[in-house]
Amino acid sequence: MSTELLQQAAANNHWGAIAPELLVGCLALLLLVLEIVLPKARHEIIPSVAIVGLLGIIGGFVMNYHSGFIDQTTFNGLLRHTGTGQFMRLFFLLAATGVSVLGVVALKRQVMPKVEFFTITLVVTGAMMLLSQSNHFVMLFVALETITVGFYVLVSYTRTNPLSLEAGLKYLIMGALSSGILLFGIALLYGVAGSQALTASTTDPMNFDALRIFLYANPDNVIAAIGIVLVLSGVAFKIGAVPFQIWIPDVYQGAPTPVTAFLAIASKAAGFAILLTLVTVFDGYQSLVVTVLSVMAMATIIFGNLAALTQHNVKRLIGLSGVSHAGYLMIGVIAAIHVPFAVGAICFYLFAYMLASLAVFGVMTHLAGDDDADQDLDHYTDLAKTHPFLGTVLGVGLGSLAGIPPLAGFMGKLLVFLAAFEAGLYPLLGVAVLGVIISIYYYFGWIKAAFFPQWRPPVMEGDDPIPEPTHQPVSTAAGIVLATAALASIILGFYQGPIGQWLGLG
Amino acid sequence: MDLLLVAIFSPLVLALAMVLGLPKALARSLAYVGFALPAVISIVLWCQYGAAAKESTYAFLTSYDTGLAKLGINLTLGLNGISMPLFVMAGIVGLAAGLFALQSKAERLNTYVVLLLIMQGGLMGVFASVDVFFFYFFHELALIPTFIMVGIWGGRDRNYAAMKMTIYLTIGAMLSLIGLIAIYYKSGAQTFDMIALREAVLTEGLSTVAQQYIFGLLMFGFGILVSLWPLHTWAPLGYGAAPSSVAMLHAGVLKKFGLYGLIQIALPLLPQGASHWVLILASLGVVGNVLIIGIVAIAQRDLKQLIGYSSVMHMGYAFLGVACISVMGSGGVVFMMVAHGFSAALLFLLATSIHHRTETFDLDEMGGLVKHAPVLAAFFVAATLASIGLPGFANFWGELTIFVAAWTQFKWLTVIAIGGVVISAIYGLRATAKVFFGPQTEAFDKVLAEKPATDLTWSERLPALILLVSLLALGFWPKMMSEPINDSITEIYTAAEAIVPQDVARN
Repeated sequence: MSTELLQQAAANNHWGAIAPELLVGCLALLLLVLEIVLPKARHEIIPSVAIVGLLGIIGGFVMNYHSGFIDQTTFNGLLRHTGTGQFMRLFFLLAATGVSVLGVVALKRQVMPKVEFFTITLVVTGAMMLLSQSNHFVMLFVALETITVGFYVLVSYTRTNPLSLEAGLKYLIMGALSSGILLFGIALLYGVAGSQALTASTTDPMNFDALRIFLYANPDNVIAAIGIVLVLSGVAFKIGAVPFQIWIPDVYQGAPTPVTAFLAIASKAAGFAILLTLVTVFDGYQSLVVTVLSVMAMATIIFGNLAALTQHNVKRLIGLSGVSHAGYLMIGVIAAIHVPFAVGAICFYLFAYMLASLAVFGVMTHLAGDDDADQDLDHYTDLAKTHPFLGTVLGVGLGSLAGIPPLAGFMGKLLVFLAAFEAGLYPLLGVAVLGVIISIYYYFGWIKAAFFPQWRPPVMEGDDPIPEPTHQPVSTAAGIVLATAALASIILGFYQGPIGQWLGLG
Repeated sequence: MDLLLVAIFSPLVLALAMVLGLPKALARSLAYVGFALPAVISIVLWCQYGAAAKESTYAFLTSYDTGLAKLGINLTLGLNGISMPLFVMAGIVGLAAGLFALQSKAERLNTYVVLLLIMQGGLMGVFASVDVFFFYFFHELALIPTFIMVGIWGGRDRNYAAMKMTIYLTIGAMLSLIGLIAIYYKSGAQTFDMIALREAVLTEGLSTVAQQYIFGLLMFGFGILVSLWPLHTWAPLGYGAAPSSVAMLHAGVLKKFGLYGLIQIALPLLPQGASHWVLILASLGVVGNVLIIGIVAIAQRDLKQLIGYSSVMHMGYAFLGVACISVMGSGGVVFMMVAHGFSAALLFLLATSIHHRTETFDLDEMGGLVKHAPVLAAFFVAATLASIGLPGFANFWGELTIFVAAWTQFKWLTVIAIGGVVISAIYGLRATAKVFFGPQTEAFDKVLAEKPATDLTWSERLPALILLVSLLALGFWPKMMSEPINDSITEIYTAAEAIVPQDVARN
């Protein structure tokens, strides 16, 4: 390509379309600059700069929510701006803010570099925002790798803790494997769609629009089918769907709690954002996609719930319960093929899941001892009595995750179930209902540990007295995040108003 | 101002304010208002109901958009002849339970009251909702505090009981939710509004097969919630462990959700599906609930478990009434639900009062309490007689109507059900005799030595009196409830009879 052509292409780029991502990137760089410029004693303001910066970006983004770029492609077809994409961008920004606040709380206890956490979080957030709008496999892969590489570092952040290192290694190996699978799938699709021997072959086979047309014209191509399955498998790793869930318990346990929260909330949502896009791209192979996703969804719900039943470590418990949530969401994705409002339902579900997870992870962050990986159900004994605020927030968060009315999580589940019923997915619905019932057992077990009076062995003479669990005092910022997450979970259960309208439900 | 909305949300808002840190003393006195306001509003609306119901099927109809209007979900509130009596009953029993809780010496009383207020708000919402979605929603809202309260303030076996209740009732709720979603789509109405659903069914009708599946789902879903034999095992255990106010509200009011759902939603919308299932429903209700559970109740030694079993047993009559699919049968059930709400709540309240004096629920360790607490004895005898179904109490009219309605359809089952009255007389009178009369046991002597028994205090007497007066008023003047019930059910069921199923219409 000549320089002129490149310049011409660059001139057509609408940089304004990705202003939020650019600002997030600049903020990340600013943090690095501040670290060099500021004297070491002043470094503690850097996290505040990150959080305030994020809030500023969120404010600007909300004001320009209905920007002029919706339903347009920019950057020569690399990005497509959609209503869902807009919502997901806001979602990632909010998640990053919450995780950053939790990060401040968690890092206080560790002798660790305190700035890089926020820089990497911001970079990953920017990549997620781009990912949810990608319209091209190159964009998708670059964004996805940025996220994954960022998480390699974040997961093993507490490098003095062997469990954290183990988690990092596992995530690295499994992440590399899944990237390989995804890339192989992309290569196969690229190969067939670009092959001139086939009808509707295209010169830009990585572009989703072109690929979609090609797949429609060639509905029985075996290589394309293999490519689709491989791409779906690569994505399934991100959302933790069976059989690619194997990394979840160990990584969730080993990673620092805020990172676990980030993985559970944002990484999963990013996976669903691309899955929703890909399902429309693979429209020509609908029956294949539906079969693969249905089998995965069923296995995911059953495995996630059954595996979570026996967990005592809360990080593993919430990780495995998150697996089952991925299963419910996959039902929504399958329904979205036929039922338009299912997309809104998935977004609402994700939003409710984010609020509930922030509440639960927030409480976990405050309760974690020096060993972040060792968080047991027993540590929650009498939480409601000793710390009513954290107890209430935990109760609301868990209730919302379990899908108990009147909390937002119930509305999310109901909307997904409604969509599934309209799409006629009765067997999946049956499995989902079974899953919800099983999940009550372990969520309730957790609530039981925190709320119900427990029997304690009497302290005998000569025994060491049982050490009282030490709770971190709740800082103002963390208190605001926790209270907001809990209150929003309650209010969204009663009144979906503006969010329902954004998602086209009201 | 929409009084229905106030009745539902005043307890909820108060509960939220208490969580956010209302000063304790102020909260305590405001809590009286939180319990009294729904009761007062429910009685005011009852008085206005006659005039308001002349214009449309639902009186006091209002609708609010909560953000899901496109899916046909709106907060629509209103009362008809089926829901109004239950709404009034929920208000009055709620007031009694609230008063009883506020005077109790429960640990962490504020949290207890908050949860009870949430429950009360949910209960008012269940019966005021015309939108099926919110009907379900408010039920769950009231149900969740039940589990937590059983777990924290419960008696013996509370952890096990709370867990068992949670799992059973969640299964029941999920089954009925799926059934309700099925109605939403299969009726073609794509709305949860009860009025629109009825109209859609009248014009289109569901296919007989779909009706059979959906009614089956609802019957077992709601059935678990009402403790249909053999899915009842959570009930005696749960009520045995539950703190008194919770048992009053759950056994008295919340449990009626399932029966109310069957009468208000399932029967009018799925008449053909219902006729496929009624024999099973009536048999399970009469043979299972009335006969088997009745005999089990006779064998109980624990007073609270006994009342729990008796409450399960009386649901059998209700199932028999529902199975008639007739105006008279359903009307009898509605009346019985109201009466049973008062009498079950009264019994649980008095059982706790007895426990305060005897320090035990074990019938074999009690005796001779009448000498120390004659007023308590009088109340308990009255409540037992009401529960048995003696004329003069509201329960009598409900059970009588059900028996008359069922006689034409299920002769043998009706005979067994009438025999059930004898069974309930046996265990009811036996319990009364053991607790209050007969010689004082040694165990009771010991308790008395430490803590001399007093008679019913006024803070206990007031809530008990509210319930007993309601029972007697309805017993002597049933017309004030039965007329609106009759009008509404006749209207709805006559319309339902005209429904021709889709597949039949096509042939």
